[in-house]
Amino acid sequence: MTTPVLSIRNLSVEIPTRQGIVKPVDGVSYDISEGEILGVVGESGAGKSMAGNAVIGLLNAPAHISGGEIWLNGVRIDPLKGEEMRKLRGKEIGMIFQDPLTSLNPLLTVGDQLAETMLTHLPISRKEAAERAVAALEEVGIPGAAERIDSYPHEFSGGMRQRVVIALALCAEPSLVIADEPTTALDVSVQAQIISLLKRLCRERGTAVMLITHDMGVIAEAADRVAVMYAGRLAELGNVRDVLTQPRHPYTHGLMASTPLASEGQKRLHQIPGAMPRLQHMPNGCAFHPRCPKVQKRCSHDPLPPMAEGRAACWSPLLAEAVE
Amino acid sequence: MNAYVTIKALTRVFDVSKPWLNRILERRGKALLTAVSNVDFQIEERTTYALVGESGSGKSTIGRMLVGLLDPSEGDVQVDGVNLATEADAAKVAKVRSHIQMIFQDPYASLNPRWRVRDIIAEPVASKGGETEGLAERLLEQVGLHPSDAGKFPHEFSGGQRQRICIARALASEPRLIVCDEPTSALDVSVQAQVLNLMSDLKEELGLTYLLITHDLTVVRHMADRIGVLYLGRLVEEADPQSLFDAPKHPYTQMLLDAAPRMDGFGREVPPPQGEIPDPIDPPSGCAFHPRCPIAEDICRQERPEMKALGKGRVACHLAR
Amino acid sequence: MSDAQMTTRAKDKSRWERFRESDFFYAFKRSPIALVSFTVVCILVLSAVFAPLIAPTNPFDPASLNLMNGFTAPMEPNAFTQETFLMGTDDQGRDVFSTILYGMRISLFVGVSAVLFAMVLGIILGLIAGYFGGWAETIIMRFADVQLTFPSILVAMLIFGIAKGFTPVEYRDQMAIWVLILAIGLSDWVQFARVVRGATLVEKSKDYVAAARLIGRSPWAIMIKHILPNALSPVLVIATISLALAIIAEATLSFLGVGAPPTQPSLGTLIRIGQGFLFSGEWWILFFPACTLLALALSVNLLGDWLRDALNPRLR
Repeated sequence: MTTPVLSIRNLSVEIPTRQGIVKPVDGVSYDISEGEILGVVGESGAGKSMAGNAVIGLLNAPAHISGGEIWLNGVRIDPLKGEEMRKLRGKEIGMIFQDPLTSLNPLLTVGDQLAETMLTHLPISRKEAAERAVAALEEVGIPGAAERIDSYPHEFSGGMRQRVVIALALCAEPSLVIADEPTTALDVSVQAQIISLLKRLCRERGTAVMLITHDMGVIAEAADRVAVMYAGRLAELGNVRDVLTQPRHPYTHGLMASTPLASEGQKRLHQIPGAMPRLQHMPNGCAFHPRCPKVQKRCSHDPLPPMAEGRAACWSPLLAEAVE
Repeated sequence: MNAYVTIKALTRVFDVSKPWLNRILERRGKALLTAVSNVDFQIEERTTYALVGESGSGKSTIGRMLVGLLDPSEGDVQVDGVNLATEADAAKVAKVRSHIQMIFQDPYASLNPRWRVRDIIAEPVASKGGETEGLAERLLEQVGLHPSDAGKFPHEFSGGQRQRICIARALASEPRLIVCDEPTSALDVSVQAQVLNLMSDLKEELGLTYLLITHDLTVVRHMADRIGVLYLGRLVEEADPQSLFDAPKHPYTQMLLDAAPRMDGFGREVPPPQGEIPDPIDPPSGCAFHPRCPIAEDICRQERPEMKALGKGRVACHLAR
Repeated sequence: MSDAQMTTRAKDKSRWERFRESDFFYAFKRSPIALVSFTVVCILVLSAVFAPLIAPTNPFDPASLNLMNGFTAPMEPNAFTQETFLMGTDDQGRDVFSTILYGMRISLFVGVSAVLFAMVLGIILGLIAGYFGGWAETIIMRFADVQLTFPSILVAMLIFGIAKGFTPVEYRDQMAIWVLILAIGLSDWVQFARVVRGATLVEKSKDYVAAARLIGRSPWAIMIKHILPNALSPVLVIATISLALAIIAEATLSFLGVGAPPTQPSLGTLIRIGQGFLFSGEWWILFFPACTLLALALSVNLLGDWLRDALNPRLR
């Protein structure tokens, strides 16, 4: 088997607070292969963005990686600091955030930003960079790219800005793109455009994508595999069709069932009782056990069973017969 | 069935011009943004009417005009037979107004962070000098929170719990109509289910009428009795959920339904919609959707289509059959 | 404390309990600068308030003065009366320590009153400008802009001069303190108005204000009950820093001879009196009041700086 582009092993993130140390990410492991889109899904507070930020080395102090390993193309990157990490970030990892304006410099034209990024990371001439910048804008579907190259970010609409960000994230030809809620701020029709663009470009270039979102619909349409997170831990990992249609973890099941579409024709929506636990008051054992319909005695104290592809971190998974 | 709310030819224009000095220096005229243009619809009593649209469709502006936070530029809002703009009897207007409440999108901004939950919920009654003893506790229980939560402050609650508090505040003035402006957009899916269920239950118990404003088609499909689709401030289609989702008549509705991500759309490849929403300051001529419409003809560029009855609903499209 | 405890508690938490549990109090306890400057401010304020109990003599009671005590150096017995004074005496034999305690009362009274005056004025005008906008805002904020182009000490001197012209001669000394408060307060309202206007603009657009409008609350009720409590943190920060500036402004005016009269000397007046003796060797008459002023202004300012960081990191 070839080495995955990104491999996260037992990653934990800690934040020291007044009430003690909290763990927004707790022992998460997953791989992403070349050309694959891994959807990371979970509700707010699940730690999905925090895990993404840990990979890019963008954790805000005092949050820090407290355990585990991150491997990128066979190189361990979590111990990298400052300058090394910054180089790697631009070259090997592209980033797309929810708000396009956070990743664009308002004082530079988009052409300058694209050329600058390419010059920093690729062995090309200034002239070549300028040409490639236009090509990059064309590729993400910005009409009249040659003219718009000298525009500033604020002169673009929200959807167009997100296209520019995608061009910027991909222009240094990274092997991994982390897209954190890339379409949450966009309208439905624009969201569809952006998702299909992201899918097309990454397939063409063989870029691995970590697609972080709370939207199950986006995951279903875009992702190849999906990692479901709950309270900082991985609840379930597997092929997107399997996880969404035949969830093994009671949390995934509840989540799918509570979307209005799933309860079509029913008067009431399925409800998961209770709320996501606060980080300071994380339950022992499985973090989901106080809300779980299939809770057993051991769930409240035993550590979770080991996770693997196509399995759920659960003592009483649904479809138990399918799990050996 | 009788209409509780009747909206007639409702229009709202915003002046988004720069200050007059800049206008003179830059030799520019006034810039007017028509957020809502000539919208008609009715809401039957004890039903849920949903307004769906993307950003800039004017759905929130309509909601704000209905509750009285904004004044219409033109057109009428009639609630319970009282025309809120022209009715001379101020007491009558005040009475109708007190029956209309609103729930907002952002549960973090819609509760005053310095007030205790008890005071927040009781404010509608307290400000009119009413009896508030035990009111907040009773309402908290009704929306599924604990009565002892009344003494806490908003920051001690999660987003879903805050939205319940907002609902409790809306219920305090014993409303008949609640305008819900994206009530669950800021919430997680599992919490959204809880809040939507609560809204359905309250509607049954208290005989409420809802105007539900949202961009989320799945929510609309689940909640609405009738749906109005807005595009660039204009109502383009109105129908019951069944007919709208099964057989959309307007090309925009069709596009919206195709574009929405689907839970069963594994690896779905659909040609994404073309173009973006036009600038509302300078909307396209004729039908506002024609630049993006796959079936547009000459007439669409020249004439603005009127709403006409078609099947079980109404549609504003020259070519809809 | 745990969630369970919180939900079972029937009684609401009092303001004090909430304060004790707040991040603000926690940060305060862990900041040496805040603790030290707060202690210094407390000591100075308390000793000013209880000056009559602490001061060995009342320097303004002519009966207790002995001209023979004049120019006694600190901690040295007077050549004639053999009395010793902690910080020495001035030319008229007044105990410098006592005059400082009494002078600080005047300084603090003027400073606090001026800031309160500026604060109330600034809050009202800022709320009006931010909430109503339009012409009211244009007039208030343009006026504020114009006033900002003059140094505030100049504005204060101008107001002081005009007010003096209107007061009858016999009341001038009595009125001097109030005129001083008015002058410093009027020169200082602008920053309060600006901050409150800014905060009002932000809060006004939030939906809790829309909810209050919806149930028919009046603009004044919304401004005072809803918006103001949420705009108070930056006001508190500015008030503290302004207090340090107001104390210095008062000292400056008094030093220039246009402030507190010699019959009611403030720290500034004492420094003015003292500087006349500096080169004739009686350094203590200047030195101790100046040190007190420094300690007071510095610790209030440090406290203000810390407050700014603790309450609103964005203001930094």
